[in-house]
Amino acid sequence: MAQTKINGYSDQFAAAEELPKAKSRAKEFIKKFLKRRTAVVAFVFIILMIIMAIIAPYIVPYDAGQADYSNLLSGPGKGHIWGTDEYGRDIFSRLMVGTRTSLFSALTATVIGTAGGVLLGLLAGFFGGILDSLIMRFCDVMFAFPDILLAIAVVAIIGPGMINVMIAVAVFTVPSFARITRSATLSVKQELYIEVARSLGCTNSRLLFVHVLPGTIPSMIVNFTMRIGTAILAASSLSFLGFGANVTEPDWGAMLSQGRNYLNTAPHIVLFPGILILLTVLAFNLLGDGLRDTLDPKMN
Amino acid sequence: MGRYCVKRLLSTIPLLLVISFLIFMFIHMIPGDPARLIAGQDATKADVKVVREQLGLNKPLLTQYGEYMKGLVTGDMGLSIRNGKTVEDTILPRLKPTILLTLSSAMWAIMIGIAIGVLAAVFHGKMADYLGMLIAIVGISVPGFWLGLQLIQMFSVSLGWLPTGGLDSWQSYVLPSLTMGSGVMAIMARFTRSSMLETMRADYVRTARAKGLIESLVVLRHGFKNSLIEIVTVAGLQIGGLLSGSVMAETVFSIPGLGRLLVDSINLRDYKVVQALLLFFALEYIVINLIVDLLYGVINPKVRYD
Repeated sequence: MAQTKINGYSDQFAAAEELPKAKSRAKEFIKKFLKRRTAVVAFVFIILMIIMAIIAPYIVPYDAGQADYSNLLSGPGKGHIWGTDEYGRDIFSRLMVGTRTSLFSALTATVIGTAGGVLLGLLAGFFGGILDSLIMRFCDVMFAFPDILLAIAVVAIIGPGMINVMIAVAVFTVPSFARITRSATLSVKQELYIEVARSLGCTNSRLLFVHVLPGTIPSMIVNFTMRIGTAILAASSLSFLGFGANVTEPDWGAMLSQGRNYLNTAPHIVLFPGILILLTVLAFNLLGDGLRDTLDPKMN
Repeated sequence: MGRYCVKRLLSTIPLLLVISFLIFMFIHMIPGDPARLIAGQDATKADVKVVREQLGLNKPLLTQYGEYMKGLVTGDMGLSIRNGKTVEDTILPRLKPTILLTLSSAMWAIMIGIAIGVLAAVFHGKMADYLGMLIAIVGISVPGFWLGLQLIQMFSVSLGWLPTGGLDSWQSYVLPSLTMGSGVMAIMARFTRSSMLETMRADYVRTARAKGLIESLVVLRHGFKNSLIEIVTVAGLQIGGLLSGSVMAETVFSIPGLGRLLVDSINLRDYKVVQALLLFFALEYIVINLIVDLLYGVINPKVRYD
């Protein structure tokens, strides 16, 4: 009882002490971030894409699956601003609707991969010893395969399909986060507040998730942002190789893969999905760069 | 140095053992029955059973792994399911295109990437810096296979200057190398720039300037030379990634290399070949890491091995 009371009091105390400081820190961060114009533009672009992913099916001019056999492979122009594909489907509408699949799968895969990597990194860094060696050797093994190869290997084992592509992308996200989190954990572990929390009788899991984890977050934000870009690239590459989504579904990578057959006669089919992938990945990379420069000014 | 080499070489053995075991187990988890695939869709159950016995697929997994490892040591990796040739005969002819592609991409990408990075650092905050970094960030964001398709569209279909695919002459290597190298160039440029910016702030650079050395010598002799150790590390890792990352370029340009072989073998469940290729790629990555480690000593004599 006394223990919880002390804990309760100390938490309240900490909260009262921390709040104004944290607020001003966030304010300062936003102020610094807003000065990086390219990063802000990238951020706005990403927000627009997310909004598009949500509302696209309701606002696009054509149904994404609607075929029009009188209008096959027609170039960009009136009626279809980005032209039509081999079934006469409107490419603009399909790309906008495809934002949902492509962004959602990349985001989910990155979040799952990050969670896995962070957990492994926390455990390795916090407990050390055999657990640390085991986890890090496991990461070494994963690192022996370059990203796309690891993803291909995973898809080879569990079979093609959108969900499996997401799992593959998540798997290759794990080792880099495990390493970053481990080294962040090692340095956070040395901080005074961890020792204080321990002496107040915190359990290991509380120490790990309430006290150590938040301290490691800044070092992960940048990697997370950039990894979303990598995930979009990897997922579209896998789709292109034929391991990905069902071809009837509007998905950026799958659209590119099918359009390849019409490169001679209708190059616009490949052009627009590629530009959209490029811009989206670019936006995440620019945002990542901006966040890194804001969080760690020494880097620039 | 010699002792260090041996030690490092020996330390890769357990890693390779673990990797080979994992690959073996994973490959056997791939759904689909290779015996059924070889025997054909119309084969009777008895036929499939005969094929399975021929391939040794009816033995316990661990026995199969033992035989596989024995084969690896004696250089007998079994037969490819696709054409009945040995795995070595399937892989070896594919080695040359992939290696040539890797080297040609690596060469231009690393040189241009470093050049852009150095220039961006020297003209830090000026137009050249922004331009260089713009090229670099587009380079890491562009889907390689899409870039390849656009290059084909421009230089092969529209202009007719270069072949669309295959490997008939040196011209066939131009577009695939551009496709494969773009990402590496971008990473090298970004990395060289940040490393150079760091070293150019060092005291010895200020001293070099103070003693009146011309700027180009300050940059090359004092800045670049000291950044080189980090640049070599990244370049090594990039070459390792290229060799196995050739799968996208080989698919786009229909090049009969190792990457294409991997994708085809996965689709055909030719698991002996998949297994050998994955092991080869892992080995290659580890060896390149080792070479990079050893190069440290050559570049920076302060690094001592013990």
